[in-house]
Amino acid sequence: MVSFSAVAKRYPGGQEALKSVSFSLEDGALAFVTGRSGAGKSTLLKLIPAIERPSSGSVIVGGQNVGALKRSAIPYLRRNLGLVFQDQKLLYDRSVFDNVILPLAFSSLSPKEAARRARAALAKVGLLEREKANPVQLSGGEQQRLAIARAVVNRPALLIADEPTANLDAESAARILDLFVDFNRVGVTVLIATHDRGLVERYGGVHFHLENGRIG
Amino acid sequence: MKAWLRQHRHALAAALRRVGLLNTLVIGVALALPAGGYAVIDSLRGVTARLAPEPQISVFLSSGAKRADADALGRALRAEPRIATVRFVPRDEALKEMRSIEGVDELVAAIGRNPLPDAFVVTARGPGVDTLAADLAKLPGVARVQADAVWARRLAALAATLKLGLAILATLLGAGLVAVTFNTIRLQILTERDEIEVSKLIGATDAFIRRPFYYAGLLQGVAGGLVALGIVALALWLLDGEVRSLAQSYGSDFRFGFLAAREAAAVVGFAGLLGWIGAQLSVGRHLREIEPS
Repeated sequence: MVSFSAVAKRYPGGQEALKSVSFSLEDGALAFVTGRSGAGKSTLLKLIPAIERPSSGSVIVGGQNVGALKRSAIPYLRRNLGLVFQDQKLLYDRSVFDNVILPLAFSSLSPKEAARRARAALAKVGLLEREKANPVQLSGGEQQRLAIARAVVNRPALLIADEPTANLDAESAARILDLFVDFNRVGVTVLIATHDRGLVERYGGVHFHLENGRIG
Repeated sequence: MKAWLRQHRHALAAALRRVGLLNTLVIGVALALPAGGYAVIDSLRGVTARLAPEPQISVFLSSGAKRADADALGRALRAEPRIATVRFVPRDEALKEMRSIEGVDELVAAIGRNPLPDAFVVTARGPGVDTLAADLAKLPGVARVQADAVWARRLAALAATLKLGLAILATLLGAGLVAVTFNTIRLQILTERDEIEVSKLIGATDAFIRRPFYYAGLLQGVAGGLVALGIVALALWLLDGEVRSLAQSYGSDFRFGFLAAREAAAVVGFAGLLGWIGAQLSVGRHLREIEPS
């Protein structure tokens, strides 16, 4: 599903976020990338949907070399990925339902089917009864669950989450992680970046530890 | 295909919400100037066409000239290659024409005789009207030659200047329309920065993101064009009464006419095109700057 081969990433100014990172992730895997703040976790995750491009090495996602993708092909790559960020990136001028249905706006689904899928995703994360609410009315944990619903509404093969439990209380964090595990159980490959190594011990799965831009 | 049409419908609906009243009014006022100017010139064109169809030269015979002298002069004029048409105007016919002008009949009656000579009215073939007039004046039996071309040329030059001025004005205001749309779309892009960033993250293509902005530019231009037509129609309607009274005092039935349907459609279409160009330039420049981070 995902394969990194000798991937390095240098930002303008010379900062080297990743140094010769190699790993591969099988279909249906549950994987954690751990490391301290600034270890390169976010950079690693951003290389998969081509938010960042590798300076050297290759990133293969679903058989496609992401580093060599044309700009016009990137949207189609992202449609097969579910992305969850620490800051959720929700639209606060739209309802919960409108946030979730957004990725289906450029799909070929009929409006009726798109609405059915959006409600199913909301039901899965326990937010169906809040579909008309504005995201600002939701708690931090609920906003994160909303971001997960938006990420899975397109039924992606790979779900990527960058620090999804940061700033959440233990109960909310556990609920979020349970959701990822549930999606993994139905065949979705899940890759989660976290600074909390305790999660790995609790949930198992594949574990990569990043330190100073290298996998340790 | 159905999904593609649905996306366009959504983009159009989103664009309609973006069209601002004030911007539309600014564009409408800017376009009303050249559109109104064109309508006025177009109305005047009918009058000038009647007044000066061709550069003409009137060749007056001396008052004592006989019919044979007129025939000889007529033959000489028809043989002249620089002359396109020759029309003989007998003095009686000229008097009749003159009497048809209001107030002149009493004046002629007071004189008690026909003061007009026989004349030929000729139209020149090509340029060089002044030289031709000077040569005709030397022909035997010719008392006086009057070239009507001077004022006709002045009128034509004035009309051409006005048209050129309108074209320059339309170009400048058209550029202004593009600039207004460019800036409006730029502000909209900045306002919707978060939405654009999220849309890119979840797999929206550039075309999908650009589409509502293109429609917004197009619709704003079209709306501005329609406002311009409304302003022109209102201005002409307000002026028409006064202009008709003025024209009637000169014995004319002149009145301002609104643009023909094709011309009105051209104004709206042109405004829409300029709006779309403004949006295209703005989107091309500013959308690339927004990338997910």
